[in-house]
Amino acid sequence: MRKRLSLVLAGTLAGLVSLTACGGSDSDPGKPGDKRLTVYSGRSEALVKPVLEKFEKATGITVDVRYGTTSQMAAQLLEEGKRSPADAFFAQDAGALGAVSKAGLFAVLPAEQLDRVPATYRDANGRWVGVSGRSRVLAYNADQVRAAELPKSVFELTDPKWQGKIGLAPTNGSFQAFVTALRVQHGDAKAREFLTGLKANQPQVREGNVQIVADIDAGTLAVGLVNHYYVYELAKERGGSPDVLKAKLHFFPDGDTGGLVNAAGVGLLERAGTDPDARALVDYLLGTEAQTYFATQTFEYPLAAGVPAAPGLPQLAALEAPKIDLNDLDTLDATVTMIKEAGLA
Amino acid sequence: MLAGRSLALAAVVTAACAVLGVGTALLVTRTDLPGRRVFGVLAALPLAVPTYVAGFAWTATVTGFEGFWAAALLLTVCSYPYVFLPAVAALNRTDPGQEEVSRSLGKGPWATLFGVTLRQIRPAVAAGSLLVALYVLSDFGAVSIVRVDTFTRAIFTAFNLGFDRTGALVLSTVLVLLTVLLIGAELTTRTRDARYASTAVRLPVRLRLARWRGPALAGLLAVNGLALGVPAAGLARWLAAGVSRPGSLAEIAAAAGASLSVSLAGTALTMLLALPLGLLTARAPGPVATALDRLTYLAHALPGVVIGLSLVFFAVNVAYPLYQSAWLLALAYATLFLPLAVGAVASAAAQSPPAVEEAARSLGRGPFTVFRTVTLPLTLPGIGAGAALTFLTCMKELPATLLLRPTGMDTLATELWTHTSTAAYAAAAPYAAILVALAAVPTWLLAARTGLTQTGATR
Repeated sequence: MRKRLSLVLAGTLAGLVSLTACGGSDSDPGKPGDKRLTVYSGRSEALVKPVLEKFEKATGITVDVRYGTTSQMAAQLLEEGKRSPADAFFAQDAGALGAVSKAGLFAVLPAEQLDRVPATYRDANGRWVGVSGRSRVLAYNADQVRAAELPKSVFELTDPKWQGKIGLAPTNGSFQAFVTALRVQHGDAKAREFLTGLKANQPQVREGNVQIVADIDAGTLAVGLVNHYYVYELAKERGGSPDVLKAKLHFFPDGDTGGLVNAAGVGLLERAGTDPDARALVDYLLGTEAQTYFATQTFEYPLAAGVPAAPGLPQLAALEAPKIDLNDLDTLDATVTMIKEAGLA
Repeated sequence: MLAGRSLALAAVVTAACAVLGVGTALLVTRTDLPGRRVFGVLAALPLAVPTYVAGFAWTATVTGFEGFWAAALLLTVCSYPYVFLPAVAALNRTDPGQEEVSRSLGKGPWATLFGVTLRQIRPAVAAGSLLVALYVLSDFGAVSIVRVDTFTRAIFTAFNLGFDRTGALVLSTVLVLLTVLLIGAELTTRTRDARYASTAVRLPVRLRLARWRGPALAGLLAVNGLALGVPAAGLARWLAAGVSRPGSLAEIAAAAGASLSVSLAGTALTMLLALPLGLLTARAPGPVATALDRLTYLAHALPGVVIGLSLVFFAVNVAYPLYQSAWLLALAYATLFLPLAVGAVASAAAQSPPAVEEAARSLGRGPFTVFRTVTLPLTLPGIGAGAALTFLTCMKELPATLLLRPTGMDTLATELWTHTSTAAYAAAAPYAAILVALAAVPTWLLAARTGLTQTGATR
């Protein structure tokens, strides 16, 4: 009996000791210029870690990163308020940056950094700057849909001929940003009409873009509204080029809202606004090395330093993206209500 | 509508888990089934399989695997250990003498099973079933993948759609109300029958399965195939189909070490809090004990993200030095999983007759000595079962871990999530495999040390 008890106690102690050992990285906010940064990343570790490691090597600044989903990181930042240990927030879409910016948590970035990115892809008040762009597309299965049949506008998807064939991810941030853009460009009434029409066409709801693209490639879905790079990710995981996949990309032409180009970007928390380390991070993300990485590894559109897009993609300037101020995409609450009311989420 | 579906799903899964959990427990403790020790450990392992991993594997294996019944199947095979573990612990401490008396009085084996054995383990089974029901209410991974709209899915939608924290909290309140309903239902099943724990080191008579051996074995293998085999096959396929690879061995080892240490710490803290609470419920039942006990269940039915954000708020405003330390994460685990441990400890303590402790006191032993030499040994199987449940559940916990872990710390669960969210399934597969394998080791140790899988002579 005594032996059993001591085993249980030993186990408990071992757990507690190892816990103390790994509890070393505490939440000490640090001082400006101490060569140490804390970054909250709403972008995936697999994509962001290599960039930040290169940044550490180039500058000698140590970066502690928290990874999570963009919306949960934003919720965490809002909950932490002014006491957040974060120096920078690297988010997946402009809407989340807008929400944190609205709460007054971001510092204003210097003009020489802001000016390196086209005005479309940064905050009008200078509180965040876009790093890479992602275009909304219609992904389609080349065996089931001929190029001539592809819609000119996203509004055509309410046509009965697409009944039961469309894949959607209504809980996904990029889809919500697109619906917000619809509201901004065409007004609430038209946006609501579109969502109701889409719902009437019995769309196939998926959890995220990954599942939609996989189902299109497998032929269980004909078309789906996703971001452009998911097809490239699928090809990468299969170990081949996107050409061998059945899933293809269709970019909506003529400034149609379906071709919205959203930005993943970065903002500095208020107290890191004057920190040279934090500014060095923004500089690095907008530099040639990081921009090339985003073009070739995550297949997103580089927004600065004149780096070209991945082979096979139309160039950013050639996209007939809608003229929308991304700062106007921060009215997600109303979008959410509308998506819910249409019965899509 | 959503509430109705959540409750229906909880009811179906709970009933199925009760049958499956008790059946497996009886087979491994009361029969001469070959390989019962191995089956005993295997039956605990589905708890370490995150429901979203099982969900992905199932949808990839069975085309059109979605809807209510798919969710019910998925949740049943993932959560029947919640009933199995306490049931085995309870079976191992019932006094076999009672069953022998029943048999000697001319009752058949079935009559004895239903009239004596199952009545003895009822508190443990009820506590386990309650955990299953609450788990189903709070689960997000499985229901989101097989696309069933439940309350928890609605809460996640509120968070993900436009940072709607208020909306999420309103929905959570409804979840709390549902929980109160379930807890009330479980309370009415509790009775005050006398229960007799085995105080002598004596093993129960094992039934000879004879011609039922084949079907019983086939049944257990089928359950394990559904609960562990399908996810394992799914992982193998990911590994074969993809070219992405996980990080270096050092990264995997670091993640494994982090998972083990925070889970062990979380389990230790949970058990530390659960022991007095469980004993209080069992030894001094009354409104206070009941209220305290029931309170712990409320947190269990809430999704991890709600508890996680509440603790962010608590730590930032009240205990800033603790914020983003492993200690706060351990506290989150204790908050979420306390009822797993309290239920196991309380049902073990309730089963051991207070008369033994009273006798020890009357023989002049002090209260602490009695606790150490009588109460603790008698409740040890329950403590072991509770610790195993808590540990396995901590290992796979994701939403609260993401919010509260120290910056820069990766666990197996967070690595698994990172890789699956970018479609790098081949890179994710090893983390899932290690998660389950690592979870098996402490489970095996606990099982061996606390008598979860005793060997017994067949008579």
